[in-house]
Amino acid sequence: MAQAAIELIGINKSFGAVRANRDINLEVARGTIHGIVGENGAGKSTLMSILYGFYQADSGEIHVGGKPVSINTSNDAIALGIGMVHQHFMLVDNFTVLENVILGAESDALLKKSIAKARSELERLEREYGLEVDPDAIIEELPVGLQQRVEILKALYRGAEILILDEPTGVLTPAEADHLFRILKQLKEQGKTVVLITHKLREIMAITDTVSVMRQGTMVATRVTKETTVGELAELMVGRRVLLRVEKGEAKAGAIKLSVKNLTVKDQRGVTMVDDVSFDVRGGEIVGIAGVAGNGQSELLEAISGIRHAVSGEVMLDGKPIDLTGKADPGELRDRGLAHVPEDRHHVGLVLAFEENENSILGYHDDERYLKGPFLNVDAIMADAQDKIEKYDIRPGNPQLRTANFSGGNQQKIVLAREMEQDPGVLIVGQPTRGVDVGAIEFIHKRLIAMRDQGKAVLLVSVELDEIRSLSDRILVMFAGRIVGERGPEATEGELGLLMAGVEHQEAAQ
Amino acid sequence: MSTPYAKLPAWADYGLIPLINLSVAFIVAGFVVMLVGENPFRAAVILVEGAFGKGTGIAFTLFYATTFIFTGLSVAVAAHCSLFNIGTEGQAYIGGLGIALVCLSFDSVLPWWVIFPMAIVAAAVFGALWGFIPAYLQAKRGSHIVITTIMFNFIAASVMVYLLVGALKPAGSQAPQTRNFLAGAELPKLNWIIELFGAKIRSAPLNICFLLALVMAFLVWLLIWRTKLGYEMRTYGHSPKAARYAGISETRIIITAMMLSGALAGMMALNPVMGDQHNVAIDFVSGAGYVGIAVALMGRLHPVGIVLAAILFGMLYQGGAELAFEMPAISRDMIVIIQGLVILFAGALEHMFRPYIQALFASFSPKAVGLEAVKGKGA
Repeated sequence: MAQAAIELIGINKSFGAVRANRDINLEVARGTIHGIVGENGAGKSTLMSILYGFYQADSGEIHVGGKPVSINTSNDAIALGIGMVHQHFMLVDNFTVLENVILGAESDALLKKSIAKARSELERLEREYGLEVDPDAIIEELPVGLQQRVEILKALYRGAEILILDEPTGVLTPAEADHLFRILKQLKEQGKTVVLITHKLREIMAITDTVSVMRQGTMVATRVTKETTVGELAELMVGRRVLLRVEKGEAKAGAIKLSVKNLTVKDQRGVTMVDDVSFDVRGGEIVGIAGVAGNGQSELLEAISGIRHAVSGEVMLDGKPIDLTGKADPGELRDRGLAHVPEDRHHVGLVLAFEENENSILGYHDDERYLKGPFLNVDAIMADAQDKIEKYDIRPGNPQLRTANFSGGNQQKIVLAREMEQDPGVLIVGQPTRGVDVGAIEFIHKRLIAMRDQGKAVLLVSVELDEIRSLSDRILVMFAGRIVGERGPEATEGELGLLMAGVEHQEAAQ
Repeated sequence: MSTPYAKLPAWADYGLIPLINLSVAFIVAGFVVMLVGENPFRAAVILVEGAFGKGTGIAFTLFYATTFIFTGLSVAVAAHCSLFNIGTEGQAYIGGLGIALVCLSFDSVLPWWVIFPMAIVAAAVFGALWGFIPAYLQAKRGSHIVITTIMFNFIAASVMVYLLVGALKPAGSQAPQTRNFLAGAELPKLNWIIELFGAKIRSAPLNICFLLALVMAFLVWLLIWRTKLGYEMRTYGHSPKAARYAGISETRIIITAMMLSGALAGMMALNPVMGDQHNVAIDFVSGAGYVGIAVALMGRLHPVGIVLAAILFGMLYQGGAELAFEMPAISRDMIVIIQGLVILFAGALEHMFRPYIQALFASFSPKAVGLEAVKGKGA
């Protein structure tokens, strides 16, 4: 076995009473791709932040290249040859690629020399690793896949020998992800060490040499990837067996509940985000909208739910039009039976600073059940919240706890409980399981299927292709604001992937 | 996740931390007192005795506190809707105009218990209207409320000067103020309550507005945490996007919150105008609106905290006046410095000691920080 690039010994880290990392031992061999998997909140990000100098461990040792080191800032980490590619890119949007690469590594006060040096260095890196990017392109004009490449270049430019990638494929199309994996393999062949943090087990199986599983702050197992299975890893992550496929019967589609015709939406800058989109959703079916994040799905959802102004087109709810001027009262739409689980639960679907019970009425706070005249009926709200907590197994089951103190999965259950328990005719759901742990995903999927079987119309938007494929009765693919294709649930991932990447129908069919 | 620190038990959060912050402020203030060559311990004794030692001192302390309760509540109501109302000063000033109109019109014909409710309404309406304009500009035009409310303080000051040297000034008078109100517009004193406890009061302006302030504190609590409107204000205050999603109109909630805030600010004027001076004079608000910001922040935007913080600032005002009198080396400006230090440590640096205290708590008993929080007692 090759010499260890990184060795973590007995790492402990607590935030107040929360022990994010407990006695973690980890050895990453040089020149390998090492995966770290775990549910949200398992402590993966904390551990990597310690390695990258964002946090300091309370106790424990870090060895890099066999020598004990102390990493107090990210500069220390960089000096030791550790580079990190963050989940949310740390790039200046209106700078060029070149400017971003030298940011923080400028060699003198005048940029001219640094830029010239960086340009030749970038050329070398591009040649060696197949990381082609136009050095003079402006970041915001690049697709996310290329932006990520710039992040990798940044790390390599600083001389990284060890590259940490935090959930790198969340924003990529399957094709872009494949390209990323080829790059990572190439980096490995050149002797670099890669640490890949992800919750997608398929990626772990596809690319890593070894994999470590974290659960609740502890490192529960390390396996050689070839000798393990997805099932075993999933079980290690959650501590019990999980269902990865959703059981569901035939859809019994009924009358059209939601009808979208020629809908066009522009953003604040006047850029067309949704372009002449038309589709219907019937009662008793789940229509899934697949697509890479940022292709108009969010705007589509917002327009349908009355939050965003639409330039043209119409949306009919049970045969009656919805006000698309952006001034619609979402409260009125709720009364008409439209429930909306927004994509961004942190800022839109919930008020994190509120107590759980306060969030369980958000948007329905006009409902007489929760009011006594102008006053809130606290007893009724509490009883209602308690009821939802039991039905949806929300933990901890305390309606007075601040919402921010719930895990992502439980926060999402709070939103789902609120929206589903209103017994809506139409449910529109954005990213129902983003940042949600495996156990809760299973629960949420079952609930969505149950809604469908009760004859509700469900419109599902997700960037998780697996989710779309396993839940939807019909799949619409969105690319650059348009619906570029409709497929049945039997569509293959490759077929959908091509559509998502904007490859035309004819080519996709071949 | 959003807060890197675990939660503290409620008593530490709302009791211990403010106490530590306050102590540090006083220690630093003590050094300043030493710097001017006075004994800080004696100064502290004079300050506290001046504020609470005698009946008269207590009455004055509570009189000042009354003013600060109103302005503190005003700032807090807007802040719960994430609006930083710096215009409390001007809204209170204009509130005084409403009171003046009511009192000057009716003080010769009606008894105080009829005029008082009318004056409350007038003060609230005038204050609310002065809050309405910046609110409208914010909601409809996007003009930042901080900027507009500051500007409206200056406009209020100019308007009042114009009126107080003109229309409102009795003919032949040299002073820029209204005529003195008649008995019908004088509010009953509350000094007898303190005298019940055996203290002697020479003359002090503590009046029935103190009780009104406490009632308003309770009503503000009711509004913020127990009404639909308060719920909507807090939703908007924490997340405008969530408010939009929940069908809460941005325009309506901004304007409503600012008008309520302005109304509370306007009611502050009742205390000095009808309870003490019995006229409306130039600059009678004298910075109480700005103190309200400190009071609201220190009171953590909670009415109970605001009442306590207002009493603290009342103490600094009253005790500080005594101090300036007893120790000639300590001028009025020194008192402002001490007040500034309290604001600095209790407001701006509120969280400075928090991590250390949390670490301390965690090392004593992890359960005290972890499980208490999970039970949600802190809320």
